[in-house]
Amino acid sequence: MAEVAQGNNLGTNPGTNLGTNQGGSVAVRKKWGRGFDIKKQSGFTTIAMICFVMLYAPILTLVVYSFNAGTSVAIWAGFSWRWYESAWANQQVYDASIRSLTIATFAAVVSTIVATMAALATTRTKPFPGLTFIYAFINQPLMVPEIVTGIALLIFFAAIKVATGYTGLGYLLIAHTAFCIPFAYLPIRARLENMDLSLERAAADLYATPFKTFRYVTLPLLWPGVLAGGMLAFVISLDDVVITELVKSGGQDTLPTYMLGQLRRIVTPEMNAISSVFLAISIVMVTIFFLLNRKKT
Amino acid sequence: MSAAVAVEAKNVSKIFGTAGAEVRALDNVSVTIRQNEFFTLLGPSGCGKTTLLRLIAGFEMPSEGSILLEGDEVAHLPPYKRHVNTVFQSYALFPHMTVAQNIAFGLEMLGKPKAEVQQTVAAMLKLVRMEELKDRRTSQISGGQQQRVALARALAPRPKVLLLDEPLSALDLKLRKEMQIELKRMQMETGITFIFVTHDQEEALTMSDRIAVMSKGKILQIGSPTEIYEHPTVRFVADFIGETNFIEAEVTQRIGGDGQIKLPSGVTISHPVAENVGVGAVVTLAIRPERIDLVRPGAEAHLNGKISNVVYFGTDTTFHVEIDGANKHVTARVQNRRGHQEVLKAGDAVGLRVAPDAMQILKD
Ligand SMILES: Nc1ncnc2c1ncn2[C@@H]1O[C@H](COP(=O)(O)OP(=O)(O)O)[C@@H](O)[C@H]1O
Ligand SMILES: [Mg+2]
Repeated sequence: MAEVAQGNNLGTNPGTNLGTNQGGSVAVRKKWGRGFDIKKQSGFTTIAMICFVMLYAPILTLVVYSFNAGTSVAIWAGFSWRWYESAWANQQVYDASIRSLTIATFAAVVSTIVATMAALATTRTKPFPGLTFIYAFINQPLMVPEIVTGIALLIFFAAIKVATGYTGLGYLLIAHTAFCIPFAYLPIRARLENMDLSLERAAADLYATPFKTFRYVTLPLLWPGVLAGGMLAFVISLDDVVITELVKSGGQDTLPTYMLGQLRRIVTPEMNAISSVFLAISIVMVTIFFLLNRKKT
Repeated sequence: MSAAVAVEAKNVSKIFGTAGAEVRALDNVSVTIRQNEFFTLLGPSGCGKTTLLRLIAGFEMPSEGSILLEGDEVAHLPPYKRHVNTVFQSYALFPHMTVAQNIAFGLEMLGKPKAEVQQTVAAMLKLVRMEELKDRRTSQISGGQQQRVALARALAPRPKVLLLDEPLSALDLKLRKEMQIELKRMQMETGITFIFVTHDQEEALTMSDRIAVMSKGKILQIGSPTEIYEHPTVRFVADFIGETNFIEAEVTQRIGGDGQIKLPSGVTISHPVAENVGVGAVVTLAIRPERIDLVRPGAEAHLNGKISNVVYFGTDTTFHVEIDGANKHVTARVQNRRGHQEVLKAGDAVGLRVAPDAMQILKD
């Protein structure tokens, strides 16, 4: 019973839960002990229900109206797939989606590789003086407000643009990769830290060179963490508005920035349809992330 | 050196930690382990047994000294270049592989042909009696079975030396006894040199060809189980292995290599003593309880005393005797064959007689 309730609480806000802080809530629950159980306090259920409704009612409305046959996002005029069809046929949506997926795939792959190497470097070497600095360095995007990073990048890239004349997608790719690294890094590091070091020692003892040890022992055991990290990085990149908005050149809209731009004009249920698909993709990715992260070594 | 040497450690020291907070895990250790030998490192926890194994396996580099494997210096080689395998205390089986895949791992890393790998894996599965479970995950087998897989995995590449770090300590008593016999059998069947680490003196005595007793990073004595038990050279060894009585006695005279040693009872015995032990020196004698006979006080007794306690054990009886002329208890254990002990009881005066070869003079 208690486990189920706990699971629901976490589940309501999956985007901000990195999987590594689950231990924290368990500890809190232990500290409260038997004397005080929040789930038994009067009014808890009501408050929980209100939160639940607040979180999901708007999203539910959004999804429902994506099937509206009329042109309003507020007045129901029967069921229809028309907005999905029109979104599908919309070249701008198509371009923005492809761009989003390209950037997210690139950022996820590269940031996961970098994060894996960083995680290995920070867990598989003897502690050295600069280690704390490296932690801070890797986690910089988590600490610096996104808008600050965005503006810094805007100014920085503007200088490069002036100097080189290059205005391609490269800036977005680099920016996304950079801010995805800490998200990819956390689950990978968690997995590495939980791994029994004697396994790698056993591999070396059985004639595996350091590369073979990594290839046949470390990596297979690390793989769920790597996938989870990549998945999280992908979602984070796909979601990003602030940095993308500031860094992108003309005609480089991603799906979120395109949607934001459209909202300034007339809103049709097409926006609901796009949002619903976007939502579905995110839910699938986050679910996979959780499943991967939950599996024990 | 001679081809019969498997491993040789020469003046090996290992220091952990940084200056100021140094731990000398091994202190000038030298030992020669012969091929085909079941060699045991025995000592209390923290004495450096694991460290010595790790130096031989290559997980640590010695701070000083050298390590030779069949005559070749290996101290600088990484583990994967040493033809030595380890059975880890935690087994360290690969959880993402089956039993058979675990056993094949070393052979595959050595690049052996597929047919040979399969053949050896089959032979190893048979050796450790795990044929039926070869396709199981390592998480789906019991602790004792995991132990066998760890053994098979380490034996499969036919290492020159097999290192076993307290492999039986996680097993329950019954399984441990079984595995002791199994291990001995495997060592004989494979002919591979085993270096076995334990803190259990009984295990060491029953399994080993030779034992090195360690304490505080030093090897104190190396010898066969009988030598170690019957002729301990230092107090720690005598004390750590089995039960021992320690008696202080004075050297009153030297005749060649022999010294005249005056026991607390005033009786003088003749016993070989070391060069540096002069007249007037006080030496410590180690005497095992089962090597003491109870006799009438007087002429034929080496020590005299009064029985303070009698403990009956069924197969034997233990007498605690308060020694005259020394503020000391001595324990004597007598087998209950004739039943004459029954007449002896607490408070009786008694003589203790010790076989001459059962008195061991300790170095320190
Ligand atoms: N990696 C290490 N760093 C620091 N000290 C160590 C390390 N490994 C072992 N030691 C120390 O060296 C000593 C011997 O340890 P060990 O060889 O594991 O003993 P044993 O196996 O006989 O119990 C202990 O005092 C231990 O604390
Ligand atoms: Mg140990």
